[in-house]
Amino acid sequence: MKKNVPLILAFISGMLILVAGFIPHYPFAMLEETLTNWFMIISSFAILLGQSSLIQANVTRVARRSPNWQYHLAGLISFGLMVAFGLLWGMEHTPGIFGHGEAVVRNLGIKPFDYVFEYAYMPLSATMFALLAFYIASAAYRAFIIRSFESNLLMITAVIVMLGRTSFATLLTSWIPQSWSFLRLPEITDFIMQYPNTAAQRAILISASLGIVGASLRIILGIERSYLGGGK
Amino acid sequence: MKIFFLAILLSLLSLSLGGQEAQAEKFSAEDHPWDDGTAVLLKWDLGGQRDSLSLQKADSLGVYQEFYNEFDLSLQSNEFAVVGQYKDSSLSPDTAYKYRLVAYSRDRADSVSFLAETVTRQQWFAMEKLSMLILLTLICAAILYYIFSARRGKELFIRRIGGLDSMDEAVGRATEKGKPILFVPGISDLGDIQTIAALNILNHLAVKSAEYGAELLVPCRFSMVLSAARETVKEAFMKAGRPDAYREENIFYVTDDQFGFVAGVDGIMLREQPAANFFLGAFWAESLILTETGFGTGAIQTAGTGQPHQIPFFVVSCDYTLIGEELYAASAYLSRDPQQLGSLKGHDFGKLMVIVLVLVGIVMEIAGWGWFKEFLAGGNG
Repeated sequence: MKKNVPLILAFISGMLILVAGFIPHYPFAMLEETLTNWFMIISSFAILLGQSSLIQANVTRVARRSPNWQYHLAGLISFGLMVAFGLLWGMEHTPGIFGHGEAVVRNLGIKPFDYVFEYAYMPLSATMFALLAFYIASAAYRAFIIRSFESNLLMITAVIVMLGRTSFATLLTSWIPQSWSFLRLPEITDFIMQYPNTAAQRAILISASLGIVGASLRIILGIERSYLGGGK
Repeated sequence: MKIFFLAILLSLLSLSLGGQEAQAEKFSAEDHPWDDGTAVLLKWDLGGQRDSLSLQKADSLGVYQEFYNEFDLSLQSNEFAVVGQYKDSSLSPDTAYKYRLVAYSRDRADSVSFLAETVTRQQWFAMEKLSMLILLTLICAAILYYIFSARRGKELFIRRIGGLDSMDEAVGRATEKGKPILFVPGISDLGDIQTIAALNILNHLAVKSAEYGAELLVPCRFSMVLSAARETVKEAFMKAGRPDAYREENIFYVTDDQFGFVAGVDGIMLREQPAANFFLGAFWAESLILTETGFGTGAIQTAGTGQPHQIPFFVVSCDYTLIGEELYAASAYLSRDPQQLGSLKGHDFGKLMVIVLVLVGIVMEIAGWGWFKEFLAGGNG
């Protein structure tokens, strides 16, 4: 029973959505939106589960003085502060328990929640994203080390594309006559990006789409039930 | 002779007048075909004599309100030129709509208006999706055929997928080193099929972990994924006969924020030093940040995603990468269940069909028969 009900629900929902994709008439047209709304409602309740998991995991580690417990404490304090700021003074346009906190806003310029969001959260988030630049460099270094024919090809292509995207490439190959312009680096770059690159990406997309069809069919028909935990 | 010339002149004049008749100005409104009754297609032919146009719709009081205009028709693309059409969307189904087109001529300093009306109708089939329906039916039929063939005991050859074969090796290594295994089920919510595929793989990995006695860490970005992941791992541990080894706190929520989640997972990798990392599911800009950190810790890394743009990052920084359909096929492959393996053969039929369609499409386009491409593109080609 515990397994059969989810399987029946998955079958009905899957078939309904599948059929609705081809029937624009009421009530099929609104089915997808309705089911998506249901998902959103369930998700919003599930947020509580996430928060309780977060608090539970961190409190346990702090209480047990696990290695690096200070980080967990910092996480808990940050979480508590944001909740408190939001509850007490609200956010940009929404008031909190103390209304819009004019006195606090006079000192900080903006509400405490927005202040922390703007001057702590946003820079930290941007810092994490900025790491990508360094990681791309290190990953590219490893990828372009010439070990085989393929890596050689990869390196040559990458150099052409990277160079072709800069103004230096135009400077370097502008002497090539117009009739041979396809040999200019920006032109070669455009060709690589437009044809071989797009073709490869589309091949992966088509393959992934076929995988989605297969996986969806297995789930709808109840053949695939690992996501429910366990096999048959 | 004079009569002859007069006759020629008259016939030329009549031809000229006839030509002007052929350029008569027209405006029509018709229900957009094969839709949910929320759009009207407005078409006009102003005969090349107008400079600007204004499209107006009658409101509930019958007053015409302008909702679209073009001031210089000569500069516009075909869609909004003297001969053009406009799709008025977001309308109510089964409702009558009245439209007015006012066209202005600068040279003659005059304008002309046309009236048209229609009723929006909901249709029972989206005809532009006919090609999709046919292809989907064929692929589904092939998958079902192979599933039933496998059920009847037919032997099916499935090629080896290195990334999945390495799962035992990764779990074994983690057990030997006494270090945990990290599994990240992507950063998308449960509504994404990639997350479902990742959870399916998690099930198999959790069974192996339970059998080997390796610790499994599953950080989740969304509460719904957390709930599903906990259930999946719990059931897997029970299936492996080790319900006592299940640790609920090892499957935990980090944060909804993309880079906050990355920071959290990076921290886990650096502190816990997992022996094996699995990044399976939907990943975006954070893919390389995660896998490069994992590479730095020396863990065996397996990654897979349906996002084509992230695959190069995974290929560079991971030991094994599941490309394209491999992510979705993984669970079937790992289960070794003949029925599920049968469905993988259906994928191969789909690939063959796409290859044939691409080749036929190339020939058709070269031959100048555009209907084939248009049919497959749903009339949007």
